[in-house]
Amino acid sequence: MAHIDLRDNGAVVIIGSGAGGGTLAHELTRRGIKVVLLEAGKRQSVDTFSQVPGEAFQQLTWLDTRTQSGNWGVARDFPSLPVWHCKTVGGTTVHWTASTPRLQPWELRAKTVYGNVSGTSLIDWPLSYDDLLSYYERAERRLGVTRRNGVPGLPASNNFKVMYAGAKKVGYRQVHTGHMAINSRVFDGRGSCIQQGFCVQGCKMGAKWSTLYTEIPRAEATGNLDLRIEATATRIEHGSDGRVNSVVYRDRTGQEQRQKARMICVAGNAIETARLLLLSASSKYPQGPGNSAGQVGRNYCHQITGFVWGFFAKPVYSWRGATLAGVIEDEATNDPSRGFVGGYRLELITLDLPTFPLVGLPYGWGRDFASLIENYRNMGGMFINGEDLPRSDNRITLNSNVKDAYGLPVANVHVDEHANDQAMRKHAQGQITKMYDAIGAKRIVAGPTPPATHNTGTARMSADPRDGVTNAWGQTHDIKNLFISDGSVLTTPGSANPTLTIVALALRQAEYITQEMKSRSL
Amino acid sequence: MDHLLSLDRRDLLKAATGLLTGLVVAGTPLARIARGRAWAVDLMVFSSSEAATLLAVARTICPHDKLEDLAYALVIQAVDGQARKDEHARKMIRDGIAGLGAAFATNTENDRVDTLGKLESSPFFQFMRLNTVQTLYSTPIAYAYFGYEGEAFSKGGYLFRGFNDLRWLPEVAPEDGGPMTAGA
Repeated sequence: MAHIDLRDNGAVVIIGSGAGGGTLAHELTRRGIKVVLLEAGKRQSVDTFSQVPGEAFQQLTWLDTRTQSGNWGVARDFPSLPVWHCKTVGGTTVHWTASTPRLQPWELRAKTVYGNVSGTSLIDWPLSYDDLLSYYERAERRLGVTRRNGVPGLPASNNFKVMYAGAKKVGYRQVHTGHMAINSRVFDGRGSCIQQGFCVQGCKMGAKWSTLYTEIPRAEATGNLDLRIEATATRIEHGSDGRVNSVVYRDRTGQEQRQKARMICVAGNAIETARLLLLSASSKYPQGPGNSAGQVGRNYCHQITGFVWGFFAKPVYSWRGATLAGVIEDEATNDPSRGFVGGYRLELITLDLPTFPLVGLPYGWGRDFASLIENYRNMGGMFINGEDLPRSDNRITLNSNVKDAYGLPVANVHVDEHANDQAMRKHAQGQITKMYDAIGAKRIVAGPTPPATHNTGTARMSADPRDGVTNAWGQTHDIKNLFISDGSVLTTPGSANPTLTIVALALRQAEYITQEMKSRSL
Repeated sequence: MDHLLSLDRRDLLKAATGLLTGLVVAGTPLARIARGRAWAVDLMVFSSSEAATLLAVARTICPHDKLEDLAYALVIQAVDGQARKDEHARKMIRDGIAGLGAAFATNTENDRVDTLGKLESSPFFQFMRLNTVQTLYSTPIAYAYFGYEGEAFSKGGYLFRGFNDLRWLPEVAPEDGGPMTAGA
């Protein structure tokens, strides 16, 4: 591993080691570019992942305080945990469930396709599906995505059989075990899935792709990566020329450090990425670097999510098997006759027993609540994953009333749901209810909206600098050597789980950065 | 479930630290679980009569008739641990217990539900609900009771242990599923 001096201003500094930051670090270092990778969390491994759900949650989750507001259910049901992502080397690719669908071509033209939807800040992406296609293909080959490039699908679990039977009864046709970044056969030096069901606790087989044990060790092997763990970025600084030139961070002892940089790429997940930019306000950039248009933190999207559980007379044992290995894609279309624009996927889901009553069920207690848990083993589950619409005031702001361990304001997450979001959720819940009903469910229960895991939009790409934060390569409109490299740049979320798109954009950004550095533009 | 009573105390406590909402931190483990049919949970803060009231609260919040008292006692142990660490919580719980009255634990379930229903918005009830839901389903006793098999990595996963053994619905068309994986 490289040691890069704090005063060395020749390296690229990447903040965050997840799907975006970890992939970018590998792509730059393998091309000979020196990278300092700052990661706020600790480093775990397949050997250290806890198999106790509560412990694993503590081990991997970003638990630093946040506040929230708005009318979304998360503010009521999970007041201290608006979003659920990771703080560990590998970022959220450690706990993700590895569903890797692509966005569809029309989803990148949301404004054009959906028209003027009042109360939204919809725009089209500044790049087309064709611009993205070759990067999707590369990302799929790299992650070993199932049902692409001849890679077999994962085998059908009990929970999937329930979903499948229900889906067929109501006439759905696009139902399969999903495009998953989980090895269905030995691939890339990693074993294949043994259907443990503990995807969210960190895959001890390493069968699920994570930058923790793919991109990051490869970046280290180039000799060009200086990975600093337990290093929390608190501020981005710039010179009199306006270009960013250093990252201030706290090291594991709490000491403040300042790393000089040739270029800075922020990939801290959509909440912390926006917060860091906002925390970096200066006299030259009074709203924070990259934020002359006031768009940083706005247009926060999280996708329409939620659980629906079906309880049957006979056992399902839904916990046996890859957590999310199943999808219905028939509703991932734009059909306004359903009463909303945009589409959704229905995905397989279950939760471990300790987590199920805390996150999966609506608030309750007493006989009825307990009776659902009594039937836990006879339960099948589905997860809604749909497109939510960007709104200017759904945003991340600094809450100066609440401070973190370093005395800095925490992020406030504000979400007011659009009527379109609510109509989509209702439709999806209704469809799942029909499916479970058709195969004889004794009881069907819709759960709450869980803490958000698909955080996007807070530094979105835009053709017009007034509408967003970055151009089509994640380069900020305002500052040439400041890039955003995570889900924050997604212009709109579409109905696809975001990780594959984040990886594809990171591959594309790495090429752009390399070319710009070679031509001395950067 | 006799085998559960011989579980190592550390295993029991380790399993009882489930937490998702981030609102409450489970207490310092202090209990001693006796071997054999009898059990005892040593509490540092609450008297046995206070603990009996709290146990009745936990049973009313999550009633599982055939789930033994020990499972609920582990909830009370977690509550006790927090009361020990946090004076504010201790007072809030003591006041809550006093408010329920001495007869609460021996009242009928309907009466207990009525009483708690009137307190539903109180910090005491919300604290007890969260702790009950958080701890009760995290223990090996609960895993066994609900038939939950938990982690399977140590046993080679569920690949050859029933992940696809459901037979009461039609099988999946081969093209929509996938071949059995080899595992390594």
